[in-house]
Amino acid sequence: MGRKILLDKINIPGIKTYEVYRQNGGYASVEKALKQMTPDEVTEEVKTSGIRGRGGAGFPVGMKWSFIDKKSGNPRHLVCNADESEPGTFKDRYLMEYIPHLLIEGMITSSYALGANLSYIYIRGEYMWVYKILERAIAEAKAAGWLGKNILGSGYDLDLYVQVGGGAYICGEETALIESLEGKRGNPRIKPPFPAVKGLWQNPTVVNNVESISAVPWIVMNTGAEYAKIGIERSTGTKLISASGHIKNPGVYEIELGVSVEEFINSDEYCGGMIDDRPLKALVPGGSSVPILPAHLIYKTAAGTDRLMTYESLSDGGFATGSMLGSGGFIVYNDTTCIVRNTWNFSRFYHHESCGQCTPCREGTGWLEKILWRIENGQGREEDIELLWSIQSKIEGNTICPLGDAASWPVAAAIRHFKEEFEYHIRFPEKIKNRDHFVAEPFDKVRHLVAKQTV
Amino acid sequence: MKVTIDGQSIEVEPGTTILQAARMIGGELVPPAMCYYSKLKGSGGKCRCCLVEVSKGSDADPRPMPKLVASCVTGCMDGMEVNSKSSERVEEARKSVTEFLLINHPLDCPVCDQAGECDLQNLSFEHGKSKTRFIEEKRTFEPEDIGPYIQLHMNRCILCQRCVQVADQLTDNRVHGVMDRGDHANISTCISKAIDNEFSGNMIDVCPVGALTDKTFRFKSRVWFNKPYNAHRDCDKCCGKTTVWMFGNEIQRVTGRKDEYHEVEEFICNTCRFDKKDVNDWVIEGPRKFEKDSVINQNNYTRKIEKVVIETEEHILEGREQDRKKISMPDFPLDSNPKRV
Repeated sequence: MGRKILLDKINIPGIKTYEVYRQNGGYASVEKALKQMTPDEVTEEVKTSGIRGRGGAGFPVGMKWSFIDKKSGNPRHLVCNADESEPGTFKDRYLMEYIPHLLIEGMITSSYALGANLSYIYIRGEYMWVYKILERAIAEAKAAGWLGKNILGSGYDLDLYVQVGGGAYICGEETALIESLEGKRGNPRIKPPFPAVKGLWQNPTVVNNVESISAVPWIVMNTGAEYAKIGIERSTGTKLISASGHIKNPGVYEIELGVSVEEFINSDEYCGGMIDDRPLKALVPGGSSVPILPAHLIYKTAAGTDRLMTYESLSDGGFATGSMLGSGGFIVYNDTTCIVRNTWNFSRFYHHESCGQCTPCREGTGWLEKILWRIENGQGREEDIELLWSIQSKIEGNTICPLGDAASWPVAAAIRHFKEEFEYHIRFPEKIKNRDHFVAEPFDKVRHLVAKQTV
Repeated sequence: MKVTIDGQSIEVEPGTTILQAARMIGGELVPPAMCYYSKLKGSGGKCRCCLVEVSKGSDADPRPMPKLVASCVTGCMDGMEVNSKSSERVEEARKSVTEFLLINHPLDCPVCDQAGECDLQNLSFEHGKSKTRFIEEKRTFEPEDIGPYIQLHMNRCILCQRCVQVADQLTDNRVHGVMDRGDHANISTCISKAIDNEFSGNMIDVCPVGALTDKTFRFKSRVWFNKPYNAHRDCDKCCGKTTVWMFGNEIQRVTGRKDEYHEVEEFICNTCRFDKKDVNDWVIEGPRKFEKDSVINQNNYTRKIEKVVIETEEHILEGREQDRKKISMPDFPLDSNPKRV
């Protein structure tokens, strides 16, 4: 059994309520931080722990905290990004729904470390019931004296609010989230200035993922050095993985970083193997924006080493043969999956969620979707594959925020690894018209039709 | 601070953006800008036309920037080296942005009032391809009436959001903004209001394309058939300094005075723009010059123009009256309801 940090107490009956949470050692980190530690010491512990942002980009949390502008004297804010909208990711919802006080405890400790007196949890509109759970938990915490003025007699004040968003994917981008929190249209800001200097209401702000903040109480209680012992190299600690797709046991799992992908998929402790006897075809290891991996690159990297669940190992080989850990949206596909349709589905999502602010993303995502839709429906042209490649390369890197990159990576990876399937769709529209093409006839059986023939 | 753009160095004040520095140098290396407007705060960064490559960050940190940056919102650093037109990557990026801007643009230049002074035309002339790779249907919007003076053609819009910033910064009570998102983001009023603020006409001047045009000038003339003159009048609301676009003795249109980057020198009020169409309202200062390549110069009146005499006209018109009588019919044939007319 892997070590549990976040989900350690999740099965205790009634852990949702303040009393049970407190009886099981809850809010101890607030006591320890406020009574025995200075804010800088807390930041230092988080730095030592080496924990990396769990929202997707994997930026070290401690380093992010140390960038916050303390010299200006402006009020500082901590914002928790609970706008979890990446397709395939549902770990934050689980955490907030079943153990809401853990996040609130983390928010108090982290706000103390940053010297923030006004903090927010920005939650997506679709999580309305979770919002209610958090509101109740905050009210309980406030009644017990963990929030408000002069917490524990330490002289530290903190107000914590939950703000519900309108349900836009783009509001998970930190500057768009800040705009939305200010009551404006959720368009990403142009950086620099970064939120650490000018964020919410032009004040220094740190935006962190739910999971990152929820790990802080454990780090404070058990020291950062202890946390850094878990995991491998620069991937320290544990990570929540939202496993879905063609596996026996889909769900949220907490793993120690460094578990091999093979073990994660096949071990009964985690996914429990494939759902039936159809073989594994592809894997999206970190939510819809990361490149898809073909079967031969899932368990082994291109260099022949075991593929591990770490930031480094999953991105081994760059985009040519690797992928990313991302937000941990682990989607497993068996050979009934049509990669073209899957790519189209992702593209449709990004088309729908593009904010429309900058040109390449606004126009390009729609274009990608339309072409993929044509290919998927048997109206593709041979040159469309090249066109898709060209469009995605023109979006990537030329946009204001990473949504453009997120929209182009899955398309690029699908073409890179599954080009034959695109060709199959284009050349044999009759075979795909019934939509059961790979269920009835796995791609391996028809691969020879698109193989290059030398006469 | 010293910046070098395409090998040309210039000393600039701290806080200058790369685009501003490039404009100080001038010439070919100036990146095109569709959304940046020096007179509007917070503009820029959106269209991505002005992307440049920073090959050296600064003297202190000489690392190059990994991505292309939007020159209109990136500040200069001391010792920075920038490649604009000289970089293939930049040219490629500008080409692709142009292509993206054009895929959903209706390309109805022949009937567009902006044609001839359109930034998108200029951009595609320089960076566009003559072929399209887009075979899908273009996205379109329902027409919307936004008031008696301004014509909104949402299909042509490139969402630079300059008009929103004009409404924010020049007028009080902005009634229009960006609705929806993605490629269906559109400029619209909330809800079906008329834009009638006294300075709202400036939206027309800042619009880089034909999305916002002057209703009082609609379909009156192509801009290159007009003769632009600098003119002024005593106005109690604005500076009163304008360009009037004349056709013979008729003032067909009044706009702000635009510089070589198509930015107005000073914003003008709606009274000057829409209501003062009589020559007696204005003191004409003299012809307004435009950059050499502008199509407006096609009708260059500073050059002596020979009077054209068309001699064939009479021959062509000869017999026309007879023809008309031959082909026209006195009544509707097979019409059972003679009262129809």
